[in-house]
Amino acid sequence: MPYVTHSEAERSEMLDAVGVSDPDELFDIPDPVRFDGDYGIEAHSERETRAAVEGILEESADLTEFLGGGHYEHYVPSVVDHLSLRGEFLTSYTQYQPEVTQGFLQALFEFQSLVVELTGLGVANCSMYDRSTALGEAVLLADRVRATDGDTVLVPADLPDRVRSVLENYTDGPGITVESYPTSGGTVDVDGLAERIDGDTSMVYAATPNARGVLEPDLAAVGDLADDNDALFCVGSDAVALALLEPPAAYGADVVVGDAGVLGLPTTYGMGLGLFACREDFLRQVPGRLVGAGEDTAGNRAYTLTLQTREQHIRRERATSNICTNQAWLALRAAIHAAWLGPDGLVDLAEESVTGVAEACERIDALDGFEAPVYDGHHFREALVDTAAPAADVVDHCRHAGLAVRTVEDAGEERLAVCVTDANRDRVDDLLDALAGYGGGA
Amino acid sequence: MSQEQHERPEGAADDADGESEAPHQQARWYDGDRYEPLLNEKSTDTVAVESSLPDDLTRDELTLPDLAEPEVTRHYTRLSQMNYGIDSGPIPLGSCTMKYNPAFTEDVAAHPGNRVHPLRSDDDKQGILRLLYELQETLATVGGMDAVTLQPPAGAAGEFTGIQVAKAYHEANGEGERSEVIVPESAHGTNFASAAMAGYDVVELPSNEDGRVEVSALEAAAGEETALLMLTNPNTLGLFERDIAEIAEIVHDAGGLLYYDGANLNSLLGKARPGDMGFDIMHFNLHKTFATPHGGGGPGQGPIGVNADLAPFLPTPQVREVDGDYEAYEPEHSIGRVHEFTGNWLVLVKAYAYILRHGDAGLERISETAVLNANYLAERIEYEVPYGPFHHEFVASADEDAADVAKAMLDQGVHPPTTKWPEIVDEALMTEPTETESKARLDDLAAAFDAVAATDPEDLAATPTETTARRIDQADAARNPRLSWHALE
Repeated sequence: MPYVTHSEAERSEMLDAVGVSDPDELFDIPDPVRFDGDYGIEAHSERETRAAVEGILEESADLTEFLGGGHYEHYVPSVVDHLSLRGEFLTSYTQYQPEVTQGFLQALFEFQSLVVELTGLGVANCSMYDRSTALGEAVLLADRVRATDGDTVLVPADLPDRVRSVLENYTDGPGITVESYPTSGGTVDVDGLAERIDGDTSMVYAATPNARGVLEPDLAAVGDLADDNDALFCVGSDAVALALLEPPAAYGADVVVGDAGVLGLPTTYGMGLGLFACREDFLRQVPGRLVGAGEDTAGNRAYTLTLQTREQHIRRERATSNICTNQAWLALRAAIHAAWLGPDGLVDLAEESVTGVAEACERIDALDGFEAPVYDGHHFREALVDTAAPAADVVDHCRHAGLAVRTVEDAGEERLAVCVTDANRDRVDDLLDALAGYGGGA
Repeated sequence: MSQEQHERPEGAADDADGESEAPHQQARWYDGDRYEPLLNEKSTDTVAVESSLPDDLTRDELTLPDLAEPEVTRHYTRLSQMNYGIDSGPIPLGSCTMKYNPAFTEDVAAHPGNRVHPLRSDDDKQGILRLLYELQETLATVGGMDAVTLQPPAGAAGEFTGIQVAKAYHEANGEGERSEVIVPESAHGTNFASAAMAGYDVVELPSNEDGRVEVSALEAAAGEETALLMLTNPNTLGLFERDIAEIAEIVHDAGGLLYYDGANLNSLLGKARPGDMGFDIMHFNLHKTFATPHGGGGPGQGPIGVNADLAPFLPTPQVREVDGDYEAYEPEHSIGRVHEFTGNWLVLVKAYAYILRHGDAGLERISETAVLNANYLAERIEYEVPYGPFHHEFVASADEDAADVAKAMLDQGVHPPTTKWPEIVDEALMTEPTETESKARLDDLAAAFDAVAATDPEDLAATPTETTARRIDQADAARNPRLSWHALE
């Protein structure tokens, strides 16, 4: 029987010790709720199981992806797998006994330090589930810390539906209303926001790069509007973009959320590593886990989970969040990837995310029947493309060439979205061939 | 490396014979520092950021560690050696269920067929959708539920999702005014936090003298305000709630729903199903029941199962089979999403492989062995173990500070149990050996408990001495928070 190590003799000895002849006698379950059926699942050898599961996985199409839209792939160096898969990391538990988990605690401390450097904010936690749940937690934090009442959070009109839906579940309990402010020309409409914001606004959210892949040109103005209305200003971004961009704290961000899985995580059907950082004065209201440095009794530096009086296992219904299991192993992977890149490598990777999409757009724009990018401005990883032919037809055509691109509804039009990173940049020629082969579209 | 550097630093305690005989001791470092420098202390560089972007969009400089791959590798290798995992030895943390994770599931997770973007069309991700569908259906069978969503990225996220589904259901039935969630005092802290997060008032239910739900207290608590009772069965004392049928009737008669916290489900596989006990909603902790490595705190995955009345409220997307093809769809009254995509895909694929490997007989053997191991260990240790009979875990009562006991157990080379919780037991040592520990390892654990029990309580405070770090002043770390290397500068 797999992974159960008792010999029959040992099993008998143990049964004797507890005074039963069959383990079934140990089940204190009343007959009416006993289960006497079976699940109908056949057991398989390890070899058979691998073959079966891998056979299912192979049923997905073999495509080169230019998809983006909230899940981005960069090349992950081999060393990330080799180190993070060491059993002492992979099979360890939450660090409730810090004296035997210094290694993981230090790695998480280093991850937090990376996020502090990237955001410019004083405090970072050691992970959220993904960018959408991190945004949900940011709104709940704003609700707790804001000096005056206010129960509206303002988000850009182009916030992806998937993120907004998560946010609406998070805001349902405390009765916070999610409302949109307008965008124009592919970026925040600052005047439109000024008309929407008022004393009832607890938080304003803006992302850079935004949902159209555009780097927001004037988030300082958004921060000023939030400040003038005593609302928190939350910026959405990611761990690669922030290596290049001005740190959000420098233009007034109170909270930064987003995705750190862009480091260390290949495309795995949307797994995430939520990033969360905030001003130091919100320290005791931060959701999730925090690792702190301290000393042991020998006077050496040591790390420990800290400020646990915020957490659900102590504060129960008064906890800052319900988070128990988080994304610690993915934070380890992100930290290793960042360490491998170093500051130059990280900046270069980010810059490649600017030049790659810009070059692709320039080439697509030169094709008959395509205009790219739809919006002026500097793009990061992705951009929208106007097509003379129906965008869905272009997607189908690309698919036959082994390439996955997608459409988005934008300003009442169906448009093509194209995402270029170091992971697929060497296939941009194929994408261009496929688009050109569409024969001018219409 | 010289012989001198192999010698122990002054003050490192020896066993009586001068040799450490603990069977699964973590690596220790005797080069004087006893800690690994931070990456930034090894080599840091500040680089000027140059970009094709305009200056007003970009930062001026970036300061980060700057090491070549060999030094990065040595840093993390050393950190790993300063860390204890289930591959090093048992982690009998009650209610956390840390069991051995088979190696092959990592290979399954590394298969290129997992490298699929979530925004592909359904046609282009049939492998992913088929696995999601089959796992959805399998979990429904195991739980005795009618429908399952795989989306929640952790157990607590599953609780929150289940509560949102219950709330949507009550609202659809014109019962949106129900404002209370009842939770037994022995419940996991996440139950309280998740209910509060969803906007409910939490009503705490006391335990009776045999450690189970006090039925008369439930009768008094349940009423027209009750939206939900959250319960784990067996409970966190390892005790089966034998009155479950009566409990379900009370809650249902009051118009409330019954929620099952699946953290302890590994002790029921093949023996009982939450749906058959009257539970309307449940979550699965895939990383506990079906094993996936817990990665130092996550990722996990917390699918929820519901009965047919609640199925239309599940998050979107769900997966269904139509003529041999698989497609995503939105349930009629869906609450929307609780994760941007589908949570932690790799945990799902590992859990699926684990279930397929075991089959019915293997899954039943899991629960039988988990329960046998818990009862055997409870029998073997010197500390008092109140209540019983036990399922997957038991809670012993230490004669001294349970936290001290834990630290002293570290010096015995084993990971200690959960301490000081549940508070129903004085100085609790909440112990769950799981099914993957051999008799020899259980005997080691018992010996470690007994060695500590036989130690003068005054000596316990000086422990641990055999670990990477000595005891850490957690109160000081919380009083003076230093949460990044910037704070140490």
